[in-house]
Amino acid sequence: MREMKSLLERKLDRRLLLAGGLAAAGGTAVAASGARGQTSQAGHEMPAAAAGEKPPAHLSAHGSMITVGEVDDARNGFDPSKLLSDWDTGTISTLPDGRTLRTFEVTAEDKEIEIAPGIMFPAWTYNGRVPGPSLRATEGERLKIVFRNQGSHPHSMHFHGIHAARMDGIPGAGLIGPGEEFVYEFDARPFGCHLYHCHALPLKRHIHKGMYGAFVIDPDPARRPEYEAVARSRLLGTPENAGWQEFVMVMNAFDTNFDNENEVYAVNTVAHAYAKKPIRVLKDKPVRIYLVNIVEFDPINSFHLHGNFFDYYNQGTTLTPTLKTVDLITQCQAERGILEFHFREHEPGLYMFHPHQSEFTELGWSGMFDVVEAVS
Amino acid sequence: MTDLSQPSADTRADRPRWAYLFWIALPLAILGLAIAWLTSADPLASFRNGAPPIENLTFERTILGTDGIRVLVRAGGSEPMTIAQVQVDDAYWQYTQDPPGPITRGATAWISLPYPWVLGEAHTINVVTSTGTTFGHEIAVAVPTPTRDSLSFAAQAVLGAFVGILPVAIGLMFYPALRGVGRNGMDFLLSLTVGLLAFLFVDALQDAFELAGEAAALFQGPTMVVLATAASFLLLMAAGRRSGTPTGLALATFIALGIGLHNLGEGLAIGAAFASGAAGLGTFLVLGFTLHNITEGIGIAAPILKQRPPLRTFAALTLLAGGPAVIGLWIGSLAYAPQWSALALAVGAGAILQVIVELVSMQLRQRADSTRALFAPAAITGLAAGVGFMYLTAMLVKI
Repeated sequence: MREMKSLLERKLDRRLLLAGGLAAAGGTAVAASGARGQTSQAGHEMPAAAAGEKPPAHLSAHGSMITVGEVDDARNGFDPSKLLSDWDTGTISTLPDGRTLRTFEVTAEDKEIEIAPGIMFPAWTYNGRVPGPSLRATEGERLKIVFRNQGSHPHSMHFHGIHAARMDGIPGAGLIGPGEEFVYEFDARPFGCHLYHCHALPLKRHIHKGMYGAFVIDPDPARRPEYEAVARSRLLGTPENAGWQEFVMVMNAFDTNFDNENEVYAVNTVAHAYAKKPIRVLKDKPVRIYLVNIVEFDPINSFHLHGNFFDYYNQGTTLTPTLKTVDLITQCQAERGILEFHFREHEPGLYMFHPHQSEFTELGWSGMFDVVEAVS
Repeated sequence: MTDLSQPSADTRADRPRWAYLFWIALPLAILGLAIAWLTSADPLASFRNGAPPIENLTFERTILGTDGIRVLVRAGGSEPMTIAQVQVDDAYWQYTQDPPGPITRGATAWISLPYPWVLGEAHTINVVTSTGTTFGHEIAVAVPTPTRDSLSFAAQAVLGAFVGILPVAIGLMFYPALRGVGRNGMDFLLSLTVGLLAFLFVDALQDAFELAGEAAALFQGPTMVVLATAASFLLLMAAGRRSGTPTGLALATFIALGIGLHNLGEGLAIGAAFASGAAGLGTFLVLGFTLHNITEGIGIAAPILKQRPPLRTFAALTLLAGGPAVIGLWIGSLAYAPQWSALALAVGAGAILQVIVELVSMQLRQRADSTRALFAPAAITGLAAGVGFMYLTAMLVKI
């Protein structure tokens, strides 16, 4: 682990300095006074970790650099551990022409949520959660999204997908006032890992207040004969797909004091959620992450996996990787993609993931995979 | 008759007393009712516009030690406020709060962070409250905070002696040489004293206002400075004139006291600055302070030139004027809060104003053509020399 390593180095440095300082103390008085300054520096090596009982491994990995306390998931109404695989597949019916019609219901509402232990944020939400529901459909289906605005401001759902201009969710095309309702209708295409967000103005405020969510369209194996096996593994509900461990991760951030800079960074809203409760991953089952970046104010975000490499499908619109064998990808706002990797040849343990913008990591966006042999 | 008049007199005496009590109790009862109504019926609910409570947090002390960083914060919000998280250098860091829980208005709490700070570098602490409001505090240069050990006490005493006691002693040592001066020389010396004191008055007030600005809003810093200056001025005027206008040794003692109070405030500020690493201590800087304060000794000597006080009087005057610098350094480096330094400087400013008034009135009294005495060439030159010397030597120490 990067943090562990740097800590070790730091300790080593201090010991050397201490030794040097003590040696100098034996020499001249001047050198001794210099060493006094160094010994005082040598003193503070993670006192919190040293005091009391030994913390669990996944907590000691972060040293003292972590938020204090726990977030009340029950009050928030959503649990980050469950958000990871909580797909909203809507309700299915068949159209006269035989096609599948998938209907989603989404309500915009104002809600105060706890984004880090003790820090309340006056969010604007879809279905009372941030990120909004992770909508999942299959390529070629007809989609109907019934959107109701119960918030205090005008809102919309702007989908990243292929649709008519009047379904775009911008002012004049599906942007509705409080108390109103709008139905977005379009075909599910192209397949991939997409997102939706509110396109009301000012855009920055509506996005960073929490109005966004993942929008995943699975490929239809029948339409992709050349990569049918891959397509089947991506299609939710197939036995092949059940062989994967799929997680949706929306990289987001919150500007709690409204100075156009973020105070809290996270995946799926709650700072350090997956650092404090690592994501349990089976060693033998491959992992697929639907990763979306919606961070406002910062131009770029990234994802770095420790001790492992992954294949990356930029925007998920291809069935062959756009980047092979990388351990870091970057995403600008609204950029997204699919990460695929496995731990088959790894020993069980804690594998960290975080953006390689250290600032985001240190402000809450970091997590760990707890790789195990079998579910206990 | 007396048997009858006695009780009636008592009732007359009783009635007004009862009435007095009634007229004290009634307004208080109405105040109590108003408070009860305000808190229970909530008639001001319509003013509540959904805005979150106002929060304010002031950082009063910073201690850097082997166990990390400790800061003392004072809450000044409209309601008790809760610290949710603490960032150090843009990283959420584990912390403990003592006492824990919401901090009520005016109350303080210690925040302890086991943070591996780096000697000589800058760090930023950012407190995030439950509403997401942030309060930042910059540690300009991280140096270990002096601890309560005899070694640093002794070092500070030496420093205090150099900036406070030594210059006053040197200044007073001009006494024998000054005794021979004539009338013009006397005018010059007294005006020189007024000039240097005027400089100190302006300097002390300006520093006091600056420090008051750093203090928590609930202390009403600038108001406190003005009131403390006025109060110390009036108290010392009253005390000084209890047995006539002070002259000679009494006046010299008041000058020493005023300078001493100023040096106390100065010592507090210097001690705090060094403790917080805001200023590095150079030999040049210390010499600057010594030079800067030499005129203070001459000023104390001026009113007693016509007397011949014993040597121990000089020693006492030196300690009174210079000693507080040592005490200020000790307190400033250990228990620093801007409002106390501001208060000390404001009291010092008031004391200096008092001696200025007394010196000028002495000059006026010594001459028949009183106002002319103030504007005699020697007096004007002395005034200019006093202010000018202080201003120029201050250039050595202002950073």
